[in-house]
Amino acid sequence: MTTQSSPHEPLLNTADSRWQQFLDSHFWHSFKRDKVAIVSFSIFFLFILASLSAPLLAPMDPYDMTQFDLMDSELPPVWQEEGDSRFLFGTDAQGRDMWSTILYGTRLSLIIGVCAVMLQAFLGIVIGLSAGYFGGRVDSFLMRLADIQLSFSTLMVAIIFLAIFQAAFGAELYQDLAMVMLVLVIGIAEWPQYARTVRASVLAERKKEYVDAARVIGLGPIRIMFRHILPNTLSPVLVISTVQIANAIISEASLSFLGLGMPPSQPSLGSLIASGFEFIFSGAWWITIIPGIALILLVLVINLLGDWLRDVLNPKLYKG
Amino acid sequence: MLAFLIRRLVQAFVVMFVISVISFSIQDNLGDPLRELVGQSVSEEERQALREQMGLNDPFLTQYWRFAKNAVQGDLGTSYFFKEPALQVILKKLPATLELVFGATLIIIFLSVPLGIYSAINPQSVLTKIIMGFSIVGISIPVFLTAIMLVYVFSVLLGVMPSFGRGELVHVFGYWETGFLTADGLLHLVLPSIALSSIMLPLFIRLIRSEMMEVLESEYVKFAWAKGISRYRIYFLHAFKNTMLPVITVGGVQIGTMVAYTILTETVFQWPGMGFLFLEAVNRVDTPLIVAYLIVVGAIFVVTNTVVDLIYGLVNPTVKLAAKHTG
Repeated sequence: MTTQSSPHEPLLNTADSRWQQFLDSHFWHSFKRDKVAIVSFSIFFLFILASLSAPLLAPMDPYDMTQFDLMDSELPPVWQEEGDSRFLFGTDAQGRDMWSTILYGTRLSLIIGVCAVMLQAFLGIVIGLSAGYFGGRVDSFLMRLADIQLSFSTLMVAIIFLAIFQAAFGAELYQDLAMVMLVLVIGIAEWPQYARTVRASVLAERKKEYVDAARVIGLGPIRIMFRHILPNTLSPVLVISTVQIANAIISEASLSFLGLGMPPSQPSLGSLIASGFEFIFSGAWWITIIPGIALILLVLVINLLGDWLRDVLNPKLYKG
Repeated sequence: MLAFLIRRLVQAFVVMFVISVISFSIQDNLGDPLRELVGQSVSEEERQALREQMGLNDPFLTQYWRFAKNAVQGDLGTSYFFKEPALQVILKKLPATLELVFGATLIIIFLSVPLGIYSAINPQSVLTKIIMGFSIVGISIPVFLTAIMLVYVFSVLLGVMPSFGRGELVHVFGYWETGFLTADGLLHLVLPSIALSSIMLPLFIRLIRSEMMEVLESEYVKFAWAKGISRYRIYFLHAFKNTMLPVITVGGVQIGTMVAYTILTETVFQWPGMGFLFLEAVNRVDTPLIVAYLIVVGAIFVVTNTVVDLIYGLVNPTVKLAAKHTG
């Protein structure tokens, strides 16, 4: 415990002890001992940092057509012979700097992934809590629905939905709405994952005494669900969130690759790979492979962190 | 059991019904069948008369009923682009997709079972660490990227593998032309099958491993050890049998999921299957074809899921008939 904290600074004091508590926790200790977790977290942190500060790090604005020159198109990365020192990872077919485009693309992929997972978590937690808490018919109906939804692959549902949406509204309008649509589709298609996990832990928690106690003092169901039961179900939620973010990023990339996601003028990692694909036969591998490696690395470190979290927080609950 | 069977079938029907309603509303709202039929040159009055005649002005329910009646008889309309019955167009492409799924399934079965068992039996060995390392990398690579990298390495750099199409085919019967009977056809099948299996393989290795490890901890296996039964008999006869139960369920469901991933693989390898056809149909706003694809794929999902559930219910008498996790 730090000695500086005095009774005059109660806020700082609690913050300090929280921090101290964190440093003493099992969580932090196992993190310190696990090299894979440290490396993954550092890389993940770098990804976040890079995508947050993309406008500062990128030498060029990849959304601004006026900044790129067709004369610079398809230049290889600097370490190759014909490379140009202005372009670290080379340029694409329009003469756009790959490094800048990848930075902005990573940013988009992460934003879409995280937003979609937040939507999933919101829907799944509300539905899972209600199913677990109320039980009976509500429960069996909601879980039947979850079963059916899970039996259809998310990717399939997303592809069909987005394809029809695109056919109905035309590619022009679609491009403006692509990001919102991706978040909505990936977010809505995957809620059962959360609902099942939350429901399973609610069923375990519901029978405990503290819930009875809360009911006896006359608290309403909403308050009991969200203030008392929910906090105790959060560790499995945290574990699946990492896996879900990784999956959401993969789904987004796959959809963009098929031309159903982000447009080439505002590329995410997936659409960047798609736009480079036709050039790998002519030898311009960097347009596809470099964003591909960035994508793999991003998803891999999130998955590794998820694996580690699962081992630390609760090895049993994950399998649901 | 009978109650379970009936409930499961009812659910399958309800899901198919919902799919058909969705398909119909797509057909109803997407594109204008009249324009596809007669072009732009027809006057407004003739247009209205035709609409009336074709029943396009009828109430939604009447139109849906007509659609459902035709659909049950296998008539899903005529593709605008191919000028052929949409269902027929789809079914012609079905063998290509199924062969791809079959190739990938073979790879998954013959690799995941031995690797999964090995890593469950020897959790501390170096090879297990390598297998598990590869499996987490495998899960992190999207199917289309695996496909692209395979094309780049084996077709562009090394030039040893064909990068697109199905190669030489042999006609079997009906619409079915197979690539399994010629060397060229098999060669064309290798990369797409590997790409398609790449996302499922790690999943299955991990699943078999964790199930097997759980079974190896159970009482009856300990008892078998105590009886002095040979280790291979315990592993392969006693433990493996019970490992396969959940694996089969997940496997059945994943076959449906693989249909979705075929869209990605087929796009990269220009494999002339259903998924490739579907994306073309979307680009051409070929509504009847989109609808036919939706119904065929929906049926594949519903049938595989129902069959898997029923088999599981039969094989495992302790099955909880309410809900079951797949993943």
